[in-house]
Parts: sequence; structure tokens; C-alpha cells
Amino acid sequence: MTFETRSLSVRYRPDAARALDEVSMHVPDGTLYAVLGPNGSGKSTLMRALLGTVKPEAGEARVGDRPVGQWKRRELARAVGAVSQRESTAFPISVRGLVEMGRYPHLGPLRSMTGEDRAAVDAALERCLIRDLADRPVGTLSGGEFQRTRIARALAQTPSALVLDEPTASLDIRHEMGILGLLRRSADEGVTVVLVTHHLNLAARFADRLLLLGEGRVAAEGTVAEVFRAPVLEKVYGWPLSVTRDPVSGSPMVTPLDDHSSRSRR
Amino acid sequence: MRGLVAGAILLVAVVLAVFFSVRYGAVHLSTHDVLQSLLGEGGATESFIVLEHLLPRALLGVLVGGGLALAGAVFQALLRNPLAEPYILGISGGAAAGAVLALALGLTSAVSWLLPGAAFAGALLAIALVFGVAISADRRLDVRVLLLSGVVVGAFFSACIALILALAEAEMVRSAVLWMMGSLAGATWRSVGVVAAYTLPACLLLLALARALNLMSIGEETASYLGTEVETVKRLAYGVASMVAAAGVAFAGVIGFVGLVIPHGVRLVMGSDHRILLPLSFLAGGAFLTLADLLARVLLSPAEIPIGVVTAFVGVPFFLVLLRRSLRA
Repeated sequence: MTFETRSLSVRYRPDAARALDEVSMHVPDGTLYAVLGPNGSGKSTLMRALLGTVKPEAGEARVGDRPVGQWKRRELARAVGAVSQRESTAFPISVRGLVEMGRYPHLGPLRSMTGEDRAAVDAALERCLIRDLADRPVGTLSGGEFQRTRIARALAQTPSALVLDEPTASLDIRHEMGILGLLRRSADEGVTVVLVTHHLNLAARFADRLLLLGEGRVAAEGTVAEVFRAPVLEKVYGWPLSVTRDPVSGSPMVTPLDDHSSRSRR
Repeated sequence: MRGLVAGAILLVAVVLAVFFSVRYGAVHLSTHDVLQSLLGEGGATESFIVLEHLLPRALLGVLVGGGLALAGAVFQALLRNPLAEPYILGISGGAAAGAVLALALGLTSAVSWLLPGAAFAGALLAIALVFGVAISADRRLDVRVLLLSGVVVGAFFSACIALILALAEAEMVRSAVLWMMGSLAGATWRSVGVVAAYTLPACLLLLALARALNLMSIGEETASYLGTEVETVKRLAYGVASMVAAAGVAFAGVIGFVGLVIPHGVRLVMGSDHRILLPLSFLAGGAFLTLADLLARVLLSPAEIPIGVVTAFVGVPFFLVLLRRSLRA
């Protein structure tokens, strides 16, 4: 499954500035593609545009071979699993109940789950290490457990692509690494992964390609080496930083400098 | 499986509630009289009371109680708000304003269907107004605006009612207040037919939306990512549940409590899967209102207590016990 935008522009209100401004990008099949950028740079808007929940003002977003608007929601949900930034349940539900919702796009309005559906749910619970939590009410989970439950639900959709908006935002190191490892393996197995994240260094370590957004525009796009250049990142983030090499993993590493030291250096 | 068992139990409860309502609804009838009348072999007077008065009244109770509970469950999911009930979007206010206006103009004695007709028209006006406000420029239905505009439109109609009542004669005020407290006393086969024509197809349609409502209650964005055509579901659920509530309120007045608490009671016992919650709420609401109506008639017989008083007096303690138990579990 591929994603592509062509000069995509989005405006939420007619009198507001564009949230996305002529963004063109292409996510090749089976890659882990990380979308980076400061708060308010349009990352979540790009995700919603790719998933067809915001309409472009100009340009288009394509999923696979056609514009996302030409997909029926149910058909899209069978192909693409998505985890938005925030979600809350209005009524009590168990972990398993929430993960089972990932099977809904595969079921009719009334048809019950089959053995195949249950197997997909079990596999997703297993992969996200929440099998022991299956009967717990979602309201009693920690932030990290809830996040893993939502990712499990997206995996239960057995999609050929995953789109995730800051899925590791509230996770500790162990679970963050667990989730990123899982996404990496999914990509290696041929699932396209679009990952919106604030973690520059982890993105550099796990992603195949990066997109850097600044104020709704593409600031850089390409491999990690192409995007991780200090002048580009400093301009987009508005903060002095240095790019070095991580001594352990060997991938490029960003270190924010403190404001004072950079001033004295200049 | 648990759902099927609970459904079977509640179905029996509905049948028993209808039977008890007919059997004990009029003091001087015996079980023999009632059964003979139901089989078409009773005396003329008994048969008339049973078939033209007691039976339609019991069935109207099932349909209205079931419809209100169903609509309440749907509104709670749609608005993602546990406080939602069928009247929250101004339907009761609109219906009551229509009914009170018809009473004030003295139209109701002339034609029997004018009172429910006026109430229904008022409810439709409220539904249309609230929908019109909540539909945004880009044709999306914003449920937060829906909730707010519903409450405000309801308040406006309440003011209209207060104005009409302030200018009206004492006798008219009394009949208006009685109407607003809700009653199944006006039940006829015609009213049963009309309410059934709205409620039963609506049940099937809403049941087909059950999975979508499960998803809606975890949020519109996620529901959409899990394959729901969110705008279609919102419009259908709002429109259909509103019509059910409107039909109920038109023929039985404003009966509170059923639509709020029955869905929560079912939820506490059976969970929040709407494929189970919706049909069980309908059955539980139907049985509950029919029995409440029976109590309203016999407790202080020959006087009749407003049915809303009974639904609250019986339902509140029951609900509080359930709530308490769920907190301890």
C-alpha cells in the first residue's frame, strides 16, 4: 500500500492560514515513513488528509491507486489501520472489546465474529503484549497500556498499512522501544507504516524515510541522512541543535543545545 | 449467549407485564373474564373493556416505554453523553408546546387526533430547528452543537408553554399539566398502530446501526478510521431516534425517566455492546412502563397517579442499587 500527496493544501476555516500548504510526498510500499515537525506544523492534519477525514482545499491525497475520497470508509478500514492522537471511551469497555472493534470493517452490521476474526484479535493482543490485560476495563489502564490497546486494535484490522499519530507519546522506554520494534518488523513484513512523531532520534533509528514539516510546508524529505542536517532542523524547530552520530546505534542523533551556550558560541 | 438468555427473560417479562396490566387494570374483571375476552368469547361489556381499552393501553405502554428506552440508548451513544435521554434535544418541549397550544385554542374536543397531531408537529418543529442549527457550513453534524441547541430550543418552548398557561383558564391549565406529566389513558388501537408504525421499523434500522454506534461511542474520528460513514450514521441515528421519541410523546405525553435510566440499567448488567443493549433496552423499557402504568392505576384506585411519578418512584431505588453494586464490583 502506498500513500501520496500532490500539492496538498488544507485550510480549516476560510479566514485561517493554511494548515498544509502545497505538500507533496510519497510513501513507498512497505516502508516505515516518519513525519516530523514542531507542534502545529501540520503533522496531524497530514495524517487526517491521508485518511480522508479532512478535505483538501487544493491538491489531492491518494491511497494506493486512487484519491482517498474515492474509498468507502469500510473498504479503507480493511486496508489501513489508524491510531489517532487522542481518544476516550464514553462507556466502560474491556480491552478485548476495544480490540475486537478492529474487526468491524471485516464484518457486516449484524454478522458475528468467526474463528478467523478471533485469531486476528488474539494475535494483535499478543503482539502488543496485552494478552494478560484482555479482560480489564479500559478505564483502569495506564496511559501506556491504553496506547498499546489502541495499536492492537489497528493491528486487528489486519491492514496493509498503518498510520499512527504519536503512538509512543506517553510510553516509557521499554514500551516505546517495543512499539517501534513492532512497527519496524511490520514494515519489514511489507506493511507500510506512516508514523507521526516528536522523537527525532528514534525516527532516525527506525524509519526508512523522513518528512520534515514546518508551518504546513515541506522543509525536507528523504532519507535520514538527507533530512538530518543541523541548519534545516534548527530553522524548522527554531532552536539551536547539533547533529552527531549515536555512539551505540550509529544512526544520526540530534542534541538540542541550551540557548545560552549557543549564543556564546556565535 | 448471555444476551439471548437476557432477551428471552425480558420477552417473557413483556408478555407477563401486558397480561398483568390487562388482568388487574380494571378492578372488577376476573382472570376468566379476561381470558374469555382475549379469545373472543367474553361478554359484550367485558370484551369491550379488555379489547378496546385495557389491551391497547398495555400495548401502547410496551411501544412507548420500549421506544423511549431505545431512543435514550441511541442518544447516549450519539452524543457520547451518559446524561442524554430522548427529550434532551428539545423534543418534549416542542411536543408539549404543540399540545398546550392545541388545548388553549380548544381544538382538541373537536377532533380526537388533533392533540397528538399537534404534539407530533411540535416535536418535528423542534427536531428540524435543532438539526438546522447543528449542521455546519461544510454539511457536518456537530454533536456538541446538537446538544446545546437542543437544550436551548427546549428552553424556548418551555417559555412558550409558560406564556400560554399564564394566559389560560384554570381548567385548561389543569388538563395541560396532566398531559405534560404523561399518561397512557388515551390509548386506542389507532394510537397503538401509529406508534407501532414508527417504532418497529425504527428498531430494525437502529439495530442495523448497532456496531456503528459502538464505534461512535469511542469518538467520531476513530469510528471513521474503523470503517464508519460517520455523517450518515449521525443523521440516521438522530433522525430515527427522534421520530420514535416524537411518536411516543405525541400519544403518551412527557414520560420522564424511562429513556434515561433503562439503558443505563441494561448497560450496568449487560455491558455497552449496542447489538445487545438496544434490543434489551427496548424490551426492558416496554415491560417497565407497562407495569408502571398498572401501578399508577391501582395504587390509589380509583384515583390515577401520573405515570412519571411511578416510573421515578420505582425506578430510582432500583437504579441506585444497581449503580452501587457496579461500583463495588
